Amino acid sequence: MRGPTRAGWAACAVAVALAATGCGGGGDGGAGGEDGIVSSSWSDPQNPLEPANTNEVQGGKVLDMIFRGLKKYDPKTGAATDMMAESIETDDSVNFTVRIKDGWTFSNGEKVTAKSYVDAWNYGADLRNNQKNAYFFGYIDGYEQVHPESGEPSATSLSGLKVVDDLTFTVKLSQKFSTWPDTLGYSAFAPLPQSFFDDHDAWLDQPVGNGPYTLQSYDRGTKAELRRWDDYPGPDGAQNGGIDLMVYTDNNTAYTDLIAGNLDLVDDIPAAQLRNVGSDLGDRYINTPAGIIQTLAFPFYDDAWDTPDGNKVRTGISRAINREQITETIFQSTRTPAKDWTSPVLGEDGGFDDTLCGDACEYDPAEAKRLIEEGGGLPGGQIKISYNTDTGSHKDWVDAVCNSINNALGDDQACIGNPIGTFADFRNQIGEQRMPGPFRAGWQMDYPLIQNFLQPLYYTNASSNDGKWSNQEFDDLVDRANAETDTATAVDTFQQAEEVVRDQMAAVPLWYQNGSAGYSERISNVTLNPFSVPVYNEITVN
Amino acid sequence: MGRYVIRRLLQMIPVFFGTTLLIFLMVNVMGDPVAGLCGDRQCDPATAAQLRKEFGLDKPVWQQYLTYMGNVFTGDFGTAFNGQEVTELMADAFPVTIRLTLVAIFFEIVIGITLGVVTGLRRGRPVDTGVLVLTLVVIAVPTFVTGLLVQLLLGIKWGWIDPSVSSSAPLDELIVPGLVLASVSLAYVTRLTRTSIAENLRADYVRTAKAKGLPRGRVIRRHLLRNSLIPVVTFIGTDIGALMGGAIVTERIFNIHGVGYQLYQGILRQNTQTVVGFVTVLVIVFLLANLLVDLLYAVLDPRIRYA
Amino acid sequence: MPEQQPPYEDSAIAPTGAGGATDLAMSEGETLEKPLGDSPSEGGPAAKPRSLWSDAWRDLRRNPVFIVSSLVILFLVVISLWPSLIASGNPLSCDLAKAQQGSQPGHPFGFNGQGCDVYTRVVYGARTSVTVGVCATLGVGILGSLFGSLAGFFGGLPDSLLSRLTDIFFGIPVVLGGLVLLSVVDSTTVWPVVGFMVLLGWPQISRIARGSVITAKQNDYVQAARALGASNTRMLLRHIAPNAIAPVIVVATIALGTYISLEATLSYLGAGLKPPTVSWGIDISSASPYIRNAPHMMLWPAGALAVTVLAFIMLGDAVRDALDPKLR
Repeated sequence: MRGPTRAGWAACAVAVALAATGCGGGGDGGAGGEDGIVSSSWSDPQNPLEPANTNEVQGGKVLDMIFRGLKKYDPKTGAATDMMAESIETDDSVNFTVRIKDGWTFSNGEKVTAKSYVDAWNYGADLRNNQKNAYFFGYIDGYEQVHPESGEPSATSLSGLKVVDDLTFTVKLSQKFSTWPDTLGYSAFAPLPQSFFDDHDAWLDQPVGNGPYTLQSYDRGTKAELRRWDDYPGPDGAQNGGIDLMVYTDNNTAYTDLIAGNLDLVDDIPAAQLRNVGSDLGDRYINTPAGIIQTLAFPFYDDAWDTPDGNKVRTGISRAINREQITETIFQSTRTPAKDWTSPVLGEDGGFDDTLCGDACEYDPAEAKRLIEEGGGLPGGQIKISYNTDTGSHKDWVDAVCNSINNALGDDQACIGNPIGTFADFRNQIGEQRMPGPFRAGWQMDYPLIQNFLQPLYYTNASSNDGKWSNQEFDDLVDRANAETDTATAVDTFQQAEEVVRDQMAAVPLWYQNGSAGYSERISNVTLNPFSVPVYNEITVN
Repeated sequence: MGRYVIRRLLQMIPVFFGTTLLIFLMVNVMGDPVAGLCGDRQCDPATAAQLRKEFGLDKPVWQQYLTYMGNVFTGDFGTAFNGQEVTELMADAFPVTIRLTLVAIFFEIVIGITLGVVTGLRRGRPVDTGVLVLTLVVIAVPTFVTGLLVQLLLGIKWGWIDPSVSSSAPLDELIVPGLVLASVSLAYVTRLTRTSIAENLRADYVRTAKAKGLPRGRVIRRHLLRNSLIPVVTFIGTDIGALMGGAIVTERIFNIHGVGYQLYQGILRQNTQTVVGFVTVLVIVFLLANLLVDLLYAVLDPRIRYA
Repeated sequence: MPEQQPPYEDSAIAPTGAGGATDLAMSEGETLEKPLGDSPSEGGPAAKPRSLWSDAWRDLRRNPVFIVSSLVILFLVVISLWPSLIASGNPLSCDLAKAQQGSQPGHPFGFNGQGCDVYTRVVYGARTSVTVGVCATLGVGILGSLFGSLAGFFGGLPDSLLSRLTDIFFGIPVVLGGLVLLSVVDSTTVWPVVGFMVLLGWPQISRIARGSVITAKQNDYVQAARALGASNTRMLLRHIAPNAIAPVIVVATIALGTYISLEATLSYLGAGLKPPTVSWGIDISSASPYIRNAPHMMLWPAGALAVTVLAFIMLGDAVRDALDPKLR
């Protein structure tokens, strides 16, 4: 009996491989042109696909396709432009009158009215509905009654919302907020059809919206099939037949699938592949600035970090980080060294200022060492930078930042990374104020306003002020800026507040993140919006 | 025989409760899952408390466990955070993983046993040494390294296969991942068969059979192999459970949406319902496979009788 | 059949996770305990009785596999204790400007993604891997043989209880358990990883030990000792343990290699050791995404790991062959 020898092994492997190629799929193929379907990488949204319950990009992609709100952020400039809004008017930055355009319907035929908005917002704000974006409605009068800090709600609807007629409703805010209408492009503010309230479970299985696409099928954990809605009344209809969002277990796998021609679009190119992206894709690789800034936040609840001279230590840390080298080597220039605490997508008029941080963000090892010593040295003689390991490739840059600090200070253990296994645990430790040192803080804007880069992050007890930094001067300036009716003055005041952040080095700005994407030869006209999400409706199939 | 099976089944009950309790406690140690649900910001306290109440996380752990087990016996495995029933997740994931496991087991049996028999019959020859070294190397390299290398070489450099498995995961796309998943076990099966064959080659009944003048092939198949397969069957039997639950690495590399992937996601999102549900099913599979293996002994070795 | 159980039931093989390697240990060990009442000590019928161990040692000294693997392990132990003997650099000093560069004078293995010298890190990584392997094996060995021999020796209710406890820990996939347990610790030492391996690894040794104690218990000399009124402790320690420990040692040696490999798998899944610990597992996993562009970053530590695991498995293999009289 002669069994397979080692040669047999090889032969077997070849046979197996050939069989696989013979039968394996080769991309979606199918129709091209106007009705072509684009397959795109995705990962599983964490929450059900409700507008006020989706707070991460993956679910947001779908909502952006199946919903249109009062405003839409321009895919190029990020400016908030009227979509369903006919007009949003105010005299005092507190009372707003919203008029919506006529002729819009949901894809099930139901008319989109003022009530569709008011009901949706009341639903989103109500504590009993567990909507994770509820705080977006926090500026509206009556929020405390439907969403109290503790205890049961005493009302079921926001007292600040009133339907006037089919196409008009009024909004009363609880404080002055002149740029409030610009926040309305966020998907949490989308309208909802009556079927959402009548049969919630059925709606979740098959969400119905008023956007250019309809969700044809959603197989959780596997894929979502979106198809063009031919009767879409808006101006930004889909240029392709539909989008198939395919869930991948790992973004490296998605990228290899793009190279192998099984996938049309990958909007999250892993850092490790950036070096070969040019040879793999040529000009089918795009790299666009996005409204994302990465920073290092500090645990100000820890006395060791909240010292009077602490700002010197923090500025020293900032100056010990060689941002140029790290963004070039680790990120292959898909990040830009940060020069302030906002984002270039805001533009100069919007409050972006590439001189604001100045020296405090320039790499200077000698000065860094001096500042840290002057400020009393690193707390405990060593800093641990905490990050989560399950999403993004944070380990690479944290290690690089630490090496940069170590080299500047001439101590190979001055800084070490502190990986935390899961994002949930990372958030938990932050929430319980257990961070042992600086930690990764990424901020992706909800809407392109300088206010969104400052208030949620640095205002006393704000929702994302994870380091619990608190500064009266900053708070006062933000309050003043929000009450300002003139946009230019408001932006100016926000920048003054940002200078306080700089002087105190409330967080070390690291770099602005670009969106990067690669696509196949099947499709063209691929762009990323300032939220680093592909502009799906404009993609054309060759 | 019947009594034996019943006794074994009864013994499974405490083991089943023990294992599910253990995994339940382990997942609970991971802390509060609600914190991860609100993205890069703090959940507002009111919503977080409301969510905890909805998922029953505000109760003591023992009470959560009892409620959970009570529900499991009525077929309700709970709901994942994205609103999907865990039973639905299982219905999606298990068929894929079962296909992958079958491919892996197939390779273990066909390649592993064949190589084992050949090397066992030729102990000390070059064939034996060569395969021995090869199996050792396979065992020594971690699965994820093997998987990444195979994906890079076959999938990208040479383009023989698709680097990832599509969502429907047909059998032919699972061949290479199955081989990667099976690689380590395959090496064990080879070595196990080899040892067993070499040992039994000296057994009296084999000598007798040879002396009787039976043809060599018949001696090998009817007498030698049948008796040598007991440890191999034991291994493969218990390996079924291990392959199904342990495919985390392979499924991640090859984009297979099976049990391993769901477990990994469940852990990352600290989704107790998903993790405990899947492990519960895996434990049942593991226990039944063990029982099956023990019953198979009687078939393979007539000397064994179950009282 | 004292247990009223099939002879092989508890020699079943461990379900392990994707690492799976621990399975080998079980299965290989089993061949030793399988022939019931056919104790290894019956091996030497010569006039002058030699012990099993001296027989085995004579065998091993002549076995090239044993010699090579022992030398490799000796070398590993030496560089674990004194890494600076063969590497002058500092594994934590890195220059990003040199990231991913290949081999060059003074840096034979090139640089990794952070610009650290790969050679230095491979040398320094040996300590972690060997520590993890040795400590986990010791822990598993002690805990497993204690529970296993107690279960095997006393039989009856203690046996049933301990065996079911073993089953409970067996039911949990190892990699899964590691992910869950290790994701919550924030120690930078190797001990949580070792602790987890002991916690989920002991049932494997326990089953082996139980099986071989049951076998040894039936030997004439043990029965004789019992008849002479020896105490339980004395019988277990003086008569049974020395004869039952051989399979445990064999399995443990092989398992040692698999623990080293398991550490790397855990790192790949983001739950392994943490910096500033230098380990092969950390280096392999952080280099794995770069396999297309800079394979050297992954292949050197992976090679070192493979050689180490190989050495321990081969050692275990050789010891097994030497201890098994039937294969002589």
